[in-house]
Amino acid sequence: MKTLQDILQPQNLVYTKPTLMNDRPMHYCPGCSHGMVHKMVAEIIEEMNLTDHTIGICPVGCAVFAYNYLDIDWIEAAHGRAPACASAVSRMWPGHLVFTYQGDGDFACIGTGESIHAMNRGENITIIFINNAIYGMTGGQMAPTTLMGMKTSTCPYGRRADLHGFPLKMTEIAATLEGTCYVTRQSVHNVAAIQRAKKAIRKAFTNSLEKRGTSLVEIVSTCNAGWKLSPVEANRWMEQHMFPFYPLGDLKDTTEQQ
Amino acid sequence: MSRNIGAIIVDTERCKGCGLCVEACPKGILTLATKKVNKKGYPYAVQTDEQQKCNGCASCGIVCPDGCISVYRVKEE
Ligand SMILES: Cc1ncc(C[n+]2csc(CCOP(=O)(O)OP(=O)(O)O)c2C)c(N)n1
Ligand code: SF4
Ligand code: SF4
Ligand code: SF4
Ligand SMILES: [Mg+2]
Repeated sequence: MKTLQDILQPQNLVYTKPTLMNDRPMHYCPGCSHGMVHKMVAEIIEEMNLTDHTIGICPVGCAVFAYNYLDIDWIEAAHGRAPACASAVSRMWPGHLVFTYQGDGDFACIGTGESIHAMNRGENITIIFINNAIYGMTGGQMAPTTLMGMKTSTCPYGRRADLHGFPLKMTEIAATLEGTCYVTRQSVHNVAAIQRAKKAIRKAFTNSLEKRGTSLVEIVSTCNAGWKLSPVEANRWMEQHMFPFYPLGDLKDTTEQQ
Repeated sequence: MSRNIGAIIVDTERCKGCGLCVEACPKGILTLATKKVNKKGYPYAVQTDEQQKCNGCASCGIVCPDGCISVYRVKEE
C-alpha cells in the first residue's frame, strides 16, 4: 500500500501549471475560458521551445492584461488593431513566432477591417480568437457574435434581427480568404476538447514559423459572468446554444497538401 | 494486476472555487470546501479520497483555468 507521501514525490508528477505561466493570480472571473487558453498557450510555447522567440499581441477586452501572466514578449495593441501590429512585427522580425490573442469584440467588431486584411494578405501570424459572444470586459454588452435571441445588457429582451442584425461568423469568412492556410474552430470545455484545441494551436504556430500564411484558431468560449451563469452551467449553455451555430472542427487546412 | 494510483495538491490560495475540476473528476472525489474560504474569499477545491480512488488521470489539473492543481501518479503492482 502506497502512502500519500510515497505518491507525492517529484518523479511522480504528471501534471502541473506550466512554468511559463507565472504565479501572479489572473484577474479573470472564476472558471473563465481565458485562463484555460492562457495556460494552454503557455504549455505549447514551452513544449515547442519558443519562449525566447515569441511575441504575443494583446487585445483590448478582458485579456488586455495577458502580458502579466505569460513570461514572453508582448505588445499591447489598440482595440482591434492586434492583427495590424502583428503584421508589422512578423515582417520586421521574421524568425519569430507572432500571434494575436483577441476577443470577439476586438477581432470581429472594432477590428474587423484589420482582421480581414491581415488574413487576406496572408500574414505569417496566428490569430487566437476567443469567441464568448459578448463584450465581457465592459459589462456584457451585445457583440456582433451574440446569438439570435441571446440576452445581454444591451439587448435585455434578446437579440433581434430587425434591430440588431445577424451574428457574424468571422471564421467562415476567414476560410474563404486566399491568405489563410489553416482555419479551425475549437473549444476548451472538457479534457478532450482541450487536447484538440491544443493540437490546433500547435499546428497554427508551426504554420506561422514555416511561413505558410495566416492561421486562425477560434475558441468558442464562455463568459459566465456576462452570461450570468455558473462556470459549469456556462459550459452546458455553450454546448447547447453556441455549438449548433458555431460548429467545432477544421474549416480549412491547406497544409495537408503541402 | 497493476493499477494507477494518484494524488493531487491544490494551490488553495490560487483557487477561485469555479468548480470545473469537481465536474471533471471521473471518480467524483473533488468538492469545494464548505464553511472554509481562502484569503480572497473563494471556497477552494478539496479532495476527499479515503478509499484511494484517485488514479492520477489529471483531468482536474487539465481543466483548471488557473493552473491550481498538480497531479502525481504511481503504478502499484
Ligand atoms: C477604442 C475603444 N473603443 C471601445 C472601448 C471599450 N471596450 C473595452 S473592451 C471592449 C470589448 C471587449 O469585448 P471582447 O473583445 O469580446 O473581449 P472579452 O472581454 O469578451 O474577452 C470594448 C468595447 C475601448 N477600450 N477602446
Ligand atoms: S467578464 Fe467574462 S470574459 Fe471577462 S473575465 Fe469574467 S468571465 Fe471572463
Ligand atoms: S487526478 Fe483524476 S481521479 Fe484524481 S482527483 Fe483529479 S480528476 Fe479525480
Ligand atoms: S478548477 Fe481550479 S480554480 Fe476551479 S475550483 Fe478547481 S482548483 Fe479551483
Ligand atoms: Mg468577448
